[in-house]
Amino acid sequence: MNLFWAALSKELREQWRTYRLLVTVIVLSLFGLLSPLLAYFTPQILGAIPGGEALGELIPPPTVVDAIGQYIKNLSQFAILFAILLPMGSVSGEKERGTAALVLSKPLPRGAFLMAKAAAFGLVFALSLLISGLAGYYYTGLLFEFLPFDRWVAMNGLLWLYTMVYAGLTLLFSTISRSQAVAAGLSFAVLLGLSVIGISKMVAVYLPAQLVTWSATLFIQPETAYWGSLAVSTGMLVAALLAAWLIFRRQEL
Amino acid sequence: MSAIRIENLVKTYGAVRALDGLSLEVEPGSIFGFLGPNGAGKTTTIRILTGLAHPSGGHASVAGVQIGHNGALARRIGYLPEEPAFYGWMSAQEFLEYIGRLFGLGGAARRKRAEELLEKVGLWEVRKRRIRGFSRGMRQRLGIAQALVNQPEVLFLDEPASALDPAGRRDVLELIAGLRGQCTVFMSTHILADVERVCDTVGIIHKGRMLRVARQEDLTAAYALPVFRVEVTANGNRPLTEWAEKIGREAMVEQVQVDGNAVRIRVRDVENARGWLLQALAESGLAVERFEAVKPSLEEVFLNLVNEEVHR
Repeated sequence: MNLFWAALSKELREQWRTYRLLVTVIVLSLFGLLSPLLAYFTPQILGAIPGGEALGELIPPPTVVDAIGQYIKNLSQFAILFAILLPMGSVSGEKERGTAALVLSKPLPRGAFLMAKAAAFGLVFALSLLISGLAGYYYTGLLFEFLPFDRWVAMNGLLWLYTMVYAGLTLLFSTISRSQAVAAGLSFAVLLGLSVIGISKMVAVYLPAQLVTWSATLFIQPETAYWGSLAVSTGMLVAALLAAWLIFRRQEL
Repeated sequence: MSAIRIENLVKTYGAVRALDGLSLEVEPGSIFGFLGPNGAGKTTTIRILTGLAHPSGGHASVAGVQIGHNGALARRIGYLPEEPAFYGWMSAQEFLEYIGRLFGLGGAARRKRAEELLEKVGLWEVRKRRIRGFSRGMRQRLGIAQALVNQPEVLFLDEPASALDPAGRRDVLELIAGLRGQCTVFMSTHILADVERVCDTVGIIHKGRMLRVARQEDLTAAYALPVFRVEVTANGNRPLTEWAEKIGREAMVEQVQVDGNAVRIRVRDVENARGWLLQALAESGLAVERFEAVKPSLEEVFLNLVNEEVHR
């Protein structure tokens, strides 16, 4: 366990020193903060554009639902982008550079090496969503109304899990391939593939993307739950990490 | 007990047989030169012995531990890859402390060990500088330091000086020579001069097979040339030529070659020729400055062995 903490501490320092943590937190926080602002001010901005008065009048007055929708749409899109960009070179890059061979010739188990990376990504996204969530919550409350805080937390929890599914898959692909581009490409392919499969509404309720829909309905239809999607997403994350470990422990470096 | 014991090690990559039944034993405390041309199987052997690659067949143990990716082996060895890679965002001291943490050293112990090693490899002044800005020689020295963090029983060095300039090579070889008696050093290289300089024992590998393992002096003695070299004072050229012509006619001598103030005499029987030649020289009245049996360089031995293998 000590070795896991040693590796995790190194991963977190790496995220900090290479500015990845900072960039992720800033970008996601910015979108968390801007989403309610954009929802609130969009009709006014459009109305202020010369010739856009009519358009401004056409748009109905913004509601808290618009603010939530804007927040979820922005966060889910950008979090997925970071969930692919951050881990894509985490293992393949270390294998290519030779740092993996160097540190894994020490008593660091391969499982600890991988899980420390996964945990570091989990913490980076948790921190980013925490800050963006607090910013989004405060401005939504200020401009519209203060929403139940527990549901806001649950909404961000679902977004975190959705992000982690793709972070886990990218970590797996980064373990399989020696190229960052291939790892990212495979993750995008899965994202695209699941979107195509998700056209069928029967299947869609079990896919990770349904977590995003669920997070939006938390405030409109709190009684609706998509446990199937939650189970499948958790299963995909665990399976991706397990597969990464099983493959990595047999790999030659 | 041998520090390294390899029995019939095989490694295949598809149809390519990188190691073809390699067997070897390395004595504890020695500096072993693992010599071979590029592609002979040196790096593959080291990767298997350090647990980074799996053998296709055979057995090996290092410091009494069966090879494989396991903590028990990792705790006993140190490893410097051919091109050591580091986390460029770390400083040299941070990196060594991180490695110390992987070996379970506590905060104060790993700081002390890191500082000792930074002094030892001459990186103390730059210990807080990020590794990203290090030169190749500095990286190699840091590579040696990280391999020594756990005071290993067996240290694997893969081509430790091949990519360095002459000054860097000298520094690294001095560091390695300084480890004599502290641990067993297994050093792969294709540079014979490096082996001649620091290694006690030499193993010659070619196409994944061990051609010869011997102490360096035994190896050169076994391949001794039947040649003597005589050097005389500068003003003795004419008598030297005359004497050379005279002994060249003797049955014991195969060939004589005069080169300035020196003459190389190839004989048929080294042991008998030695005494006879010394007597002939004493009788010649030449002012002899040096008389020696010509020893082959390790390079000549190596090429001989490889050529024998090719023609077998």
